[in-house]
Amino acid sequence: MQQFFDRKRYPRGAWVGIALVAVTLLVLPFALAQVGTAWVRITNLAILFVLLSLGLNIVVGFAGLLDLGYIAFYAVGAYVYALLASPHFDLHLPFWIILPIGAAVACFFGVLLGAPTLKLRGDYLAIVTLGFGEIIRIFLNNLSQPVNLTNGPQGITLIDPFKIGSFNFATRETIAGLDFTGPVKYYYFLVLLVIAIIALNLRLQNSRIGRAWEAIREDEIAARAMGINTRNMKLLAFAMGASFGGISGGIFSATQGFISPESFVLVESVMVLSMVVLGGMGNVFGVVLGAILLSFVPEVLRYTVEPVQRAVFGRTLIEPEVIRMLLFGLALVLMMLFRPAGILPSALRKRELEAK
Amino acid sequence: MNAPLTLLSAKGLSKRFGGVHALADVGFTINHGEIYGLIGPNGAGKTSLFNVLTGIYAADAGEFTFDGQPLSGLKPNEVAERGIARTFQNIRLFANLSALENVMIGRHVRTHANVIGAIFRGAKTRAEEKAIEKRAHELLDYVGVAKRANTLARHLAYGDQRRLEIARALATEPKLLALDEPAAGMNATETASLKGLLGNIRRDGTTILLIEHDMKLVMSVCDRVLVLDYGKKIAEGSAAEVQKDPKVIAAYLGGEVLLNLKGAA
Repeated sequence: MQQFFDRKRYPRGAWVGIALVAVTLLVLPFALAQVGTAWVRITNLAILFVLLSLGLNIVVGFAGLLDLGYIAFYAVGAYVYALLASPHFDLHLPFWIILPIGAAVACFFGVLLGAPTLKLRGDYLAIVTLGFGEIIRIFLNNLSQPVNLTNGPQGITLIDPFKIGSFNFATRETIAGLDFTGPVKYYYFLVLLVIAIIALNLRLQNSRIGRAWEAIREDEIAARAMGINTRNMKLLAFAMGASFGGISGGIFSATQGFISPESFVLVESVMVLSMVVLGGMGNVFGVVLGAILLSFVPEVLRYTVEPVQRAVFGRTLIEPEVIRMLLFGLALVLMMLFRPAGILPSALRKRELEAK
Repeated sequence: MNAPLTLLSAKGLSKRFGGVHALADVGFTINHGEIYGLIGPNGAGKTSLFNVLTGIYAADAGEFTFDGQPLSGLKPNEVAERGIARTFQNIRLFANLSALENVMIGRHVRTHANVIGAIFRGAKTRAEEKAIEKRAHELLDYVGVAKRANTLARHLAYGDQRRLEIARALATEPKLLALDEPAAGMNATETASLKGLLGNIRRDGTTILLIEHDMKLVMSVCDRVLVLDYGKKIAEGSAAEVQKDPKVIAAYLGGEVLLNLKGAA
């Protein structure tokens, strides 16, 4: 495996590896479309969760700040997009303007959450962030009065898809003999974005900033004594994590066309955190893997649990939704027992757990 | 004691924890280029003084002047930026990072790459990264743990951990290096080589403030010594003067320390 990805030691093998990944990523949506367009949508959602997990990984994995309300930033990004590109306010700004705005607004909320919690760690920080996530959701639910800002629980509908000139991401068209459905177009956009974000994460990790975050994780008092401005560095982690969430939220809005506060409940935060923990906190590729697995496995179960039961028992004994969560929980428990540092643990995390 | 020679001066320092006077009206001055010892029995307030100096605690009264500037109210990271670096009595390395990474983190305060620089990694950032790594290797070499550069801090031998902490502190380019019991737990050989290291650091232009229980070491390397007891300054002066001071002898009470004092002279 290693000779395909280690560019320093195996330069030629690495190019073969990169070429293989590139071809797979290029062909994937068409292969999935053969099974059903639903799978392309599922893949897109999985990539969105990869983006979210990478954002949360900055906060939790790099800086060691446990955030249980991360989905709030996703919600902020989603609503910024929905409000600026829907009939709700009759605004229809292009996506390349809205996504940065969404990132900036989410970033603002990240700092808003970060500032009062600077002195908190561990459990206490988790409780405050959990509360923050709920506050945002409850606000979204109730900001339909006195001025109808969010349209309350009904959510916002008819959200614009991405458009570049006359190129519409939501319409189906045939280009060069290939059938490009809406989800396929979004897929390519998302893949490019996720590659850029992965590169960005790797570079951040191996930089002066990344080292400062690691220092804070390891020993905050020593980090301060070494001249690291822990306040700014923590706020930076919150802000960067949040802006990733904001961008993902904007894309979510555009691909779904409809959002409501129900998409941003606590379970979603827990899900993203599970992706980070299961994949391997602090390891960028581990987190990517965790997000992909936890997005796909429940979907696969959704499509297999019912037919299997019917074939075996002749009827559905347990609702697919229930058994899905059961298996999911079981998988997490097993993971924590046998690979507590995640599937692909970061070097740092692995060492920490070995030490205990 | 010429005024321009003064690097750090403290006036009227007080710090209380509930009813305990950890520091009561303590004042002293440290000159450029000296090794200044801080001794006293356990609980005398030495580490409290360190924590007040480096901004971990705020003093209840009194103030520091460092390099001509007041130091009061600064946060620990700002104190480090001004040029005071410290080590800890209970070693506080970044245990799960390598020795090299520990020292590289020490360079943080003297380097500048921001998020944009880190992401785009332009020529300037790359040059800086290279310089950070080079300097970190030099410092590891300087304190004598170069061979352990890629070993995790917590896997280092105890003496090496103490030395690594000094290297990490030196990476911040301090004017004043404050060492909290650097020889604690070291054997005689390790202490002797630590003494050599302290001499080198002083020779290379860094002033040292040293808390130490090893009286032999204190008496042989320190130019001047401050003695605290129950948070009060009971003596200040050269090593020879201090060890004859009846108040100091009374403070220590025990025979062991007295024997050491005699042996070191």
